[in-house]
Amino acid sequence: MNAPLAKNRFAQRCKQLALGLSLIGMSWQVLAQTQIEDAWVRATVAGQPSSGAFMTLTASEDSKLLSVQSPVAKTVQIHQSSMQDDVMKMQQVQSVALPAGKPVSFDPHGYHIMLMNLTAQIKEGDKVPLTLTVENAKGEKETIQVEAVAKALDTMDHSKMTHDHSKMN
Amino acid sequence: MSTLYTRRTLLQGMGLLSLGLLAGCDGSSKLSFKYGKDLSDKIMGRNFKLKDTQGETRMLGSYRGMMPMIFFGFTQCPAVCPTTLARAAQAKKLMGRDGERLQVIFITLDPERDTPELLDKYVKAFDPSFEALYGTLEETAATAKEFGVFFEKVPSGDTYTLSHTATSFVFDSRGNLRLGLSTSLTAKECAEDLLTVMEVC
Repeated sequence: MNAPLAKNRFAQRCKQLALGLSLIGMSWQVLAQTQIEDAWVRATVAGQPSSGAFMTLTASEDSKLLSVQSPVAKTVQIHQSSMQDDVMKMQQVQSVALPAGKPVSFDPHGYHIMLMNLTAQIKEGDKVPLTLTVENAKGEKETIQVEAVAKALDTMDHSKMTHDHSKMN
Repeated sequence: MSTLYTRRTLLQGMGLLSLGLLAGCDGSSKLSFKYGKDLSDKIMGRNFKLKDTQGETRMLGSYRGMMPMIFFGFTQCPAVCPTTLARAAQAKKLMGRDGERLQVIFITLDPERDTPELLDKYVKAFDPSFEALYGTLEETAATAKEFGVFFEKVPSGDTYTLSHTATSFVFDSRGNLRLGLSTSLTAKECAEDLLTVMEVC
């Protein structure tokens, strides 16, 4: 009489375990996303129609950034700047590759997000919502929301700022 | 405040300074800069005639007695322009009292979109002493050409951005072109070379 019951319980435990494992698997799936760090936007003066957004993106699997949207700008584009013989070259790009696990930085020296035709002045300290669309190799799209903090117009980029600060003290 | 090395430069540079007064100021003497490019033998940027944000005509001669540092850009520039202007403001501070003679001048390459009001607000956000100049499209092109500054419109969607030379050009107080500062230099490196220009003239 007891044996089938025990068997039943065992089966139940197995089911629970399987459920638990699949839940862990699902949460792993949730974690397997593109991480965004240090998102910031350069503040503007009144009447300035565009600004840039900067951040570091790390995708967990090979992906690409397709587009960015923001309620503060009518047009958002991804641009790439490069320096050759002290000439700053600027161009629009359609997407940016995000190799698995490799942080890709969007900074004043390379890729950056252009917020154009701004609807209002961006003031220092403002939180600017950005929606990023990332697509993985299988063509699955993921949208990520981030709030970028507006830093002063005269903010130098990260690396140089720390550099100079260390020298200033 | 240890980086305000103007006193040290003054003391150490006394000899150099007197030498400079004798030999310098004619534009032909070579300078040795630690970080920037010596442009003493280049004849560039002598004849520009543009307007400041108050509508006054400005030429190189308008800045006699000051040390003009000229940078070309546009206010919709997301990266190199604000970074370079922020660096200029920092270098000016690092130079201490000598920095008062540094006149930073921002010349717009985008006069179609950069209105005088916008330009004024923009440069003064970095330092209240900074000036912005603008001209017509023709005057802008002529000025850029005079400095050997490359710029071109790059269409992006229904608007455009600009590619352009990002060098800062420094003149001595007599209007001789002296120094070219690349964007790769730090504020402190710029300040050191700017003080070298000052020692001579």
